[in-house]
Amino acid sequence: MYRYDEFDAGFVSDRVAAFRDQVARRLSGEMTEDQFKPHRLMNGLYLQLHAYMLRVAVPYGTLSARQMRKLAIIARRYDKGYGHFTTRQNIQYNWPALADTPAILEELASVEMHAIQTSGNCIRNVTADHFAGAAADELDDPRPYAEILRQWSSLHPEFSFLPRKFKIAVNGATRDRAAIQTHDIGYQIVRNSAGEIGFAVYVGGGQGRTPMIAKKIRDFLKIEDLLAYTQAIVRIYNLEGRRDNKYKARIKILVHEKGLDWMRQAVEAEFEAASRDYIALPDSEIARIKAYFAPPELQARASSQKFAARRESDPRFAGFVSTNVAAHKIDGYGIVTISLKPIGGIPGDATAEQMEAVADLAELYSQAEIRVSHEQNLVLPHVALDDLPVIYDELLASGLATANAGLVSDIIACPGMDYCSLATARSIPVAQRISERFGDGPRARDIGALKIKISGCINACGHHHVGHIGILGLERKGVETYQITLGGTGDETCSMGTLTGPGFSSEEVVDAIERIVDAYMALRNEPGEDFLTAFRRLGMQPFKEALYDTSKGADI
Amino acid sequence: MRFAISANRLLDGIVVFFGSSHHWVDQLSAASLYASKNEAEAALAVARLDQTRNVVVEPYVFEVRAEGAPIAHHIREAIRAAGPTVRKDHGKQADLLADKR
Repeated sequence: MYRYDEFDAGFVSDRVAAFRDQVARRLSGEMTEDQFKPHRLMNGLYLQLHAYMLRVAVPYGTLSARQMRKLAIIARRYDKGYGHFTTRQNIQYNWPALADTPAILEELASVEMHAIQTSGNCIRNVTADHFAGAAADELDDPRPYAEILRQWSSLHPEFSFLPRKFKIAVNGATRDRAAIQTHDIGYQIVRNSAGEIGFAVYVGGGQGRTPMIAKKIRDFLKIEDLLAYTQAIVRIYNLEGRRDNKYKARIKILVHEKGLDWMRQAVEAEFEAASRDYIALPDSEIARIKAYFAPPELQARASSQKFAARRESDPRFAGFVSTNVAAHKIDGYGIVTISLKPIGGIPGDATAEQMEAVADLAELYSQAEIRVSHEQNLVLPHVALDDLPVIYDELLASGLATANAGLVSDIIACPGMDYCSLATARSIPVAQRISERFGDGPRARDIGALKIKISGCINACGHHHVGHIGILGLERKGVETYQITLGGTGDETCSMGTLTGPGFSSEEVVDAIERIVDAYMALRNEPGEDFLTAFRRLGMQPFKEALYDTSKGADI
Repeated sequence: MRFAISANRLLDGIVVFFGSSHHWVDQLSAASLYASKNEAEAALAVARLDQTRNVVVEPYVFEVRAEGAPIAHHIREAIRAAGPTVRKDHGKQADLLADKR
């Protein structure tokens, strides 16, 4: 794992000291709220519906057991005993007191974490595949490149006041688990015809009120040019992006309005013109960063008797394995997804005790490594199959063994109007009711892979545009209303969902989702045809009929 | 329709309401209610002094129904006045429960 060097440590502790001073001056009245607000936002501190909210970055979703323990301590000592893992691999605390925030940041700094650039019009937390370094389908670990981008972009003087926020994601596997095509820049690690590793570069993707799929601006970028090319893109955006209208200020609008050809020409010209003296990545530096992410020395293991026997005798364990354990690059190991979606629970919430339980398991069985996924789950990336029975039992004891990863009840949802001051409707209660309706038992398994994503406003933090079924909560005449979109996905076949038609009330929306699911079940070619494939084959019409003409829908 | 004034307390960010004698109170039930928007706006000018005194952040007026105990008209304000609907153990609703015990 990456460890702070002296520069990082000094820089983060200076920031904590500066913020401590700013908070003191705010509390003493020396600073007004208007003066203070930009400072608190630069340190990830928002004022939300009920209280302050602190957003802490988990760079590229990688956490050590030690860091997770610290997150638990902060939840217990300074908050209400829980934290919320977000849809961008961050964790949010919902109830910190302003006066405590410098102490929280100091605690975080002691385990090499911070909340810098989790807000504001700068380059945000760089995200990556949550199975990075472990997945069987991986070409190269994306995290060293995400870390290089993180170091380069932290407090970058030229890019601290962009027209709008800027999000970068890196994926290194054939499956895109990092949703790179919905980011301002997406880097996909590829191999060219000469056998060299590099990046395919996507630009101008995003969700929010104007969803856009990123466009491929370059087929192959050499690794040494990662920063030079990123600089060229962000520089063109910084100069040419719109600042007249907040809602048209993201790079996706620039690419859309000026066209990909214009963008490519501008970026390539800037890339060629700028000096590479200080920004080309030398092999030695890449190797230095890569060393922090060196794969653990795992020896391939023969098939596990213990694992096979338990799988044979315990159908619940077998179910857990089939949904929550993914293929590891080393034989005899697996990647375990710990669902933070208990049936009827709040997506992404974890108690301090649960965080500690996960930290213990990581320490004992997963090289002390944990991942946070943008789907609001936790991951133990390096687990020997032999150890799975005991891990499963421990997860059961901590209420963390929900066997629904990737199923209908593995819903991602933004905090919505229960916490967020921007929200126009609640998201969490809808997620809870859908989860209760379908559960994680035989019915959910029969339905198969299905991603439901819920946002409580058009800013789309719940990624509804890329949900196989997306739900967007809006307000109509003072009442919560939910629009449904179908056919979205954030993977390598990225598509934005299509609106079904008029929205549904809070009372109606779960039944509406059930009608969609029932229609799919009746129309799928075979159990192997998942929802998205079936939707792409069938189109919207049969689902519209099921949704808006219930007499007909019931007969499908 | 009546009106009330709310803000967040600077120190801990907790939701507070403008009450009698210009005190900020924790519960909507203890908030001062104003019969008209104009009356509420006049009180808001006073409440804003506490913003400059760094007691609260961003005071504003919202609508309240007050047939019995005052209830925020808009769902957003109702959630603010009670706490998250998905965590009844937090926010104002939890304080009320604790008081009853």
